[in-house]
Amino acid sequence: MSRRVFVTGLGILSSIGRNLPETLDSLLASRSGIGHLRHLETPLAHEFPFAEVRFSNNQLMEMAGLSPQEGHTRNALLGIIAAREAFHHAGLEKSGTGKTGFVSATTVGGMDMCEKYYTDFLTNDSRNIYIDVYDCADSTEKIADLLGIRDFITTLSTACSSAANAILLGARMIRTGQLDRVVAGGTESLTVFHINGFNALKILDKVPCRPFDAQRNGITLGEGAAYLVLESEESIRGGSRPLFAELTGYGNSCEAFHQTASSPDGTGAFLAMEKALRMSGLEPSGIHYINAHGTGTDNNDIAEGLAIERLFGSRIPPVSSTKPFTGHMTSAAGSAEAILSILCMEHRFLLPNLNFSTPMPELRFAPVTELCLDSEVEAVMSNSFGFGGNDTSLIFTRPS
Amino acid sequence: MFHSPAYINGTGLISPQETADPSRFLPQIREYTDDFLSCIDPDYKEYIPPLAARRISRLIKMGITSAFMALRDAGYHSSLSTELAEPKQPDAIITGTGLGSVEDTERILNGMSAGETLMNPTPFIQSTYNTISSQVAIQLRCHQYNSTYVHRIFSFETALLDALMQFKEGMAASALVGGIDEITVNHLAITRRAGHWKTGPVHNLSVLQSGTPGALAGEGAAYFLLENRVSPSTYARLLSIDTFYKPGTARQVQNHIREFLLASGFNESRPDAVILGLNGDSLWDPFYSQIAHNVFPGIPWLCYKHLCGEYYTSTGFALWLTANILKRQEVPPALLLNDIKPGRLETVLIYNQDRNINHSLILTGTA
Amino acid sequence: MEELIEKLKKEVIQQLNLEDIKPEDIAADSPLFGEGLGLDSIDALELIVLLEKNYGLKIEDPKDGKKIFHSIQSMAEYITANQKA
Repeated sequence: MSRRVFVTGLGILSSIGRNLPETLDSLLASRSGIGHLRHLETPLAHEFPFAEVRFSNNQLMEMAGLSPQEGHTRNALLGIIAAREAFHHAGLEKSGTGKTGFVSATTVGGMDMCEKYYTDFLTNDSRNIYIDVYDCADSTEKIADLLGIRDFITTLSTACSSAANAILLGARMIRTGQLDRVVAGGTESLTVFHINGFNALKILDKVPCRPFDAQRNGITLGEGAAYLVLESEESIRGGSRPLFAELTGYGNSCEAFHQTASSPDGTGAFLAMEKALRMSGLEPSGIHYINAHGTGTDNNDIAEGLAIERLFGSRIPPVSSTKPFTGHMTSAAGSAEAILSILCMEHRFLLPNLNFSTPMPELRFAPVTELCLDSEVEAVMSNSFGFGGNDTSLIFTRPS
Repeated sequence: MFHSPAYINGTGLISPQETADPSRFLPQIREYTDDFLSCIDPDYKEYIPPLAARRISRLIKMGITSAFMALRDAGYHSSLSTELAEPKQPDAIITGTGLGSVEDTERILNGMSAGETLMNPTPFIQSTYNTISSQVAIQLRCHQYNSTYVHRIFSFETALLDALMQFKEGMAASALVGGIDEITVNHLAITRRAGHWKTGPVHNLSVLQSGTPGALAGEGAAYFLLENRVSPSTYARLLSIDTFYKPGTARQVQNHIREFLLASGFNESRPDAVILGLNGDSLWDPFYSQIAHNVFPGIPWLCYKHLCGEYYTSTGFALWLTANILKRQEVPPALLLNDIKPGRLETVLIYNQDRNINHSLILTGTA
Repeated sequence: MEELIEKLKKEVIQQLNLEDIKPEDIAADSPLFGEGLGLDSIDALELIVLLEKNYGLKIEDPKDGKKIFHSIQSMAEYITANQKA
């Protein structure tokens, strides 16, 4: 029954690029997207750095070919652009038979409009077109409609591991024979709502995030959208389309420790990585790069670091967090970072963990700090660990 | 569609009806004349210790409690209190919620509207959709697979689908699956502007005959303990799930349902009863009737939203009804929509749809 | 100080939603975290909000909270020492 799952398309829009080629350019130049907010208005704009997508909603609408009257949220706009790129990257506009699904992840949904117009919602009818765009499903349906996908759609939300779980579900729907191809990933725009929320948790760093650094002091929030096209072996057979990766392992575990914290030894992270490794059939030494969740919080980096040490023992592969590039894209992080990991494999480089200077005394390893070209990268692991302890790990290998 | 049997071996339902006691099946039907139907809250203090409950808002209390009810019903542990629980663990915890904790989201938005930048952390944490599923896992100390689906009337169905897939893939032998949503005064007022609801209070038991647009809002929390084997507590066997999106005309919907039935093993026959998601909206209930006339002639049609109201995960209530109907071979008269008397029921189909955009089918059979 | 301590007890109970606890149940010098009331990191963040909202005192780093929130007594002392007249 278990069909192989290949990645045939990638689409990404974030603070480091409006598409895949721009993203790759930024990575090769070690150019971070972290800076100051230019579009979203909040009193906290001057207190913390953010990795905001550099386009306004109007510009995004133009890029997406949409009109303002349609009441699109920023979430939907980001998602439409990235999903469309992935769709065309995989050549799906030409695909004939078979069933196509769309699994999208988000947590803020249309909160950008809701928080702006909440008082209107309560008191008058002037903003009614934004009422039904509030929930998580809205952006999924808008994207699906534009791509013409109707065979299966759903929306997932597990905080920071959302998009990774979307990829996981998409892969399983292919493996169980329900779908032949799935566009899977996530979209998340910055909102005052969750900026305030993360600030209330006191986990935002006043300087750009420093994952795995002894001086780290929290997260830098980012935004964006990223989607992968997953296809079955039969779906790609006989074609000449490039394959970017094979999804050979995944693991989902729950920390079940505390609503906002991982257990000190990273049990959930360990279990998720271990499940993924076991499924891939690889030895720990077969993983050539780990794209860590690495948020830069006290708690995550210790828990994840210890879990990595526990799983990989004395042979820890190169590890880096790319959140200093893109910020923490929350519900889109899992798919964005999967794409960055796949780029490492495609272009044979290891991405640096920017902003690093002092190793953590608790860990035996330190992350990669320089872009390493000409590296052997046959298999990569990408970790995403969410609030509430939803931990997911994905393994991609070079397609054969 | 996905066809892969799993046994419903435990249920827990908090709803506007008397559903919290698994030994009784709708002992009496509650009547309301109101803007929306609210759940009959059990005394949550019996289930969740005060120190844990202090920061858990109502929706999550409903979720944790109904989850523990289902576990207890399935024999996974003997006590309902999460304090005493060292229960057997399910292999997966999967939740569907269309809106998550509306109360917490509103608390924050009200604060923001009043110009506050300082936010309390507790409502923020509770406002994330996956908080229900992860709180259940925290109470159980369960490290197994955990996920949350948040797609309108597909939310609970995708959770069920995920569980059935787990069984087929051999990833799990048991799964705790839930569907949970709440309604608040504010949320009702806002969504009323978007035309979802009746314009004023209605009597629930006559809402399906109202002849006016809009539905009657409701809420509920339903959890099910599914296993890949029969047990002394088995209610019924979940057979197939399907969700379909923007199928087109009513005829195309009918064709889709016929194909679903064919793929589920019904050649010329039909299920023994169908539960329809009519909700009293005069703009859309005729759509159900048209489909039922063409696809389900000659079998009992049942309805349920006059009992629990309309909410994204209302099929949790419908599945609870189905499980009890199949186990007890009893159909409460309050559910009957047409004149056909139910006989022995081996299979029951639930069909729910939302403005011909999202449609779902859940097929269940006797064990 | 006594008045402030009594006021703080009520505010802490309300802010943390400690429904079953009355002010007389909390000794002024008894630890709030770990043993004693058994509060946790989220409660600490809620107390940071309480201090800022009710007393205008901002705590940037939650780690500083450990000493300040040790007990109602230590909270009262911190407020008295830092609150502008």
